[in-house]
Amino acid sequence: MGSGFLGAMPDAGLAWLRADGPHSDIVLSTRIRLARNLQNFRFGTRADGDDRREVLRMTLETAGVAESLRDGRQLVVSELQTAERQLLLERHLVSRELVGSNGHATPSHTALLMAPGEALSVMVNEEDHLRLQNIVGGFRLRDAWRDVERLDDELGQRLPYAFHTEFGYLTSCPTNVGTGLRASVLMHLPGLVLTQEIGKVLQGISQVGLTFRGLYGEGSEVVGNFFQISNQTTLGKTEEDLIDHLQRVVHQVVQYETQARGVLLRDAPVVIEDKVWRAYGLLRHARSTSFEEVMNLLSGVRLGVGLKLIPDLSVYTLNRIMIFTQSAHLEQVAGNPLQDGDADVQRAAYVRAVLSSERPGDGGPTGAAHA
Amino acid sequence: MLCENCGKNEAAIHLTQIQNNEMTTRHLCEPCAETMGLSSGAPANAPLADFIAQMGKAIASETVAAAGTCPSCGLNLADFKKTGRLGCARCYSTFDTSLRGLLRKLHGGTQHTGKVYLPPHPTETDRTARVVSLRRSLARAVESEDFERAAGLRDQIRRLEAGQEV
Repeated sequence: MGSGFLGAMPDAGLAWLRADGPHSDIVLSTRIRLARNLQNFRFGTRADGDDRREVLRMTLETAGVAESLRDGRQLVVSELQTAERQLLLERHLVSRELVGSNGHATPSHTALLMAPGEALSVMVNEEDHLRLQNIVGGFRLRDAWRDVERLDDELGQRLPYAFHTEFGYLTSCPTNVGTGLRASVLMHLPGLVLTQEIGKVLQGISQVGLTFRGLYGEGSEVVGNFFQISNQTTLGKTEEDLIDHLQRVVHQVVQYETQARGVLLRDAPVVIEDKVWRAYGLLRHARSTSFEEVMNLLSGVRLGVGLKLIPDLSVYTLNRIMIFTQSAHLEQVAGNPLQDGDADVQRAAYVRAVLSSERPGDGGPTGAAHA
Repeated sequence: MLCENCGKNEAAIHLTQIQNNEMTTRHLCEPCAETMGLSSGAPANAPLADFIAQMGKAIASETVAAAGTCPSCGLNLADFKKTGRLGCARCYSTFDTSLRGLLRKLHGGTQHTGKVYLPPHPTETDRTARVVSLRRSLARAVESEDFERAAGLRDQIRRLEAGQEV
């Protein structure tokens, strides 16, 4: 795999890690995607090689002149090596379907077009011909929508979209038809999990037409107390309605989470401090850790940083650890494929190095660190 | 990660359940999940396809014969039930009858009220429809005091009404 394309852009698609958006201690990132298809070509699952080739050709041509994409990067994903595709997947820049992981064959003529700044991008020849997406840090639904809407206008002026006066933008799956919009917010909710309020909150979310899933999208498990909350329906409401509704509900969840953290700190300060510092201690000193363990420990540390129990540690660092301790990222650093055991050792070493550079001389705290 | 039941296959189904405020996650391979009645043969990462397939069973009997096959992509209702995916734009008219029921169940209605597409070579009707949707967004932007957005929308409406490129 060697230098690969990420050698030239080591932080591609990771602008959101900077955690400079609002409520970054609770909301990691905001993502909006639009599903679009071109007229006169069969959709993803029915498209043959010729359809896919032509869709890719037309889209690349348009990307060359569309203002948002013109000076960006174009990656033909189907021509990348497996390890490189895996890196994009671990950064949430492409879907499992696009890279063909999980035992599915690698689809042909797939691409990822990234705008300069690389928050805004387009997946080509996914389940839908185009998946426009924008991933920004913190809780910024309106900002994310503004940019993706502009990109949609730029592409739609040149590419003939499949649009129906009654059903709206036509998509491969009827669950996306209409606006084709999925807005989601990735939240870290350890307070609600620890106070056992999470069940109620998630139930409430389902009742108001929203849905939640784990970190890696549809069908993925909940790990590290991360919940992705998004709109369930796409037809019958305007894009602004969908976004504002999500905005209001997420805002409410942020408040619940903040309250829960307050309750924990008030009623069980020792338990919380112990939990936070134990998590930190393990990450700081462990010699072998699975990714799942890192995610769970990071949750404790993230809570500690949010509650200002751990000084001199940034959310940015925690976000980086979350991305760079995934297998393909570790292999990229190592320069060769890693067996499970080796990966666990490399992972632990990476985490120790990052934490010790941020908090040098950290033999462990001597007393309780009250904010 | 290996299946926690058989310990042999890669776990493909991660089932998170919340009961009495206790959250548990089970990691299972597809065969084991199926044995436990947790899977219905749909791809593991496509619960929506599964949902549609289930609903398809309910509506299938009376519509299979009526709907036929899409003349443009060759998809038939049985394929759609299996995958939960339509094959092309034409499918939406081919399967209109069965889709309406499905869309109502999924979304609560069938009428798109969002952004109206303005194609590369718009007709007068396209422009008018787009202006109507932009005006709706404009009212919304003013209401939420998003004046930057409102100004942008006003520009777009003005250009469309003047028959200019947007």
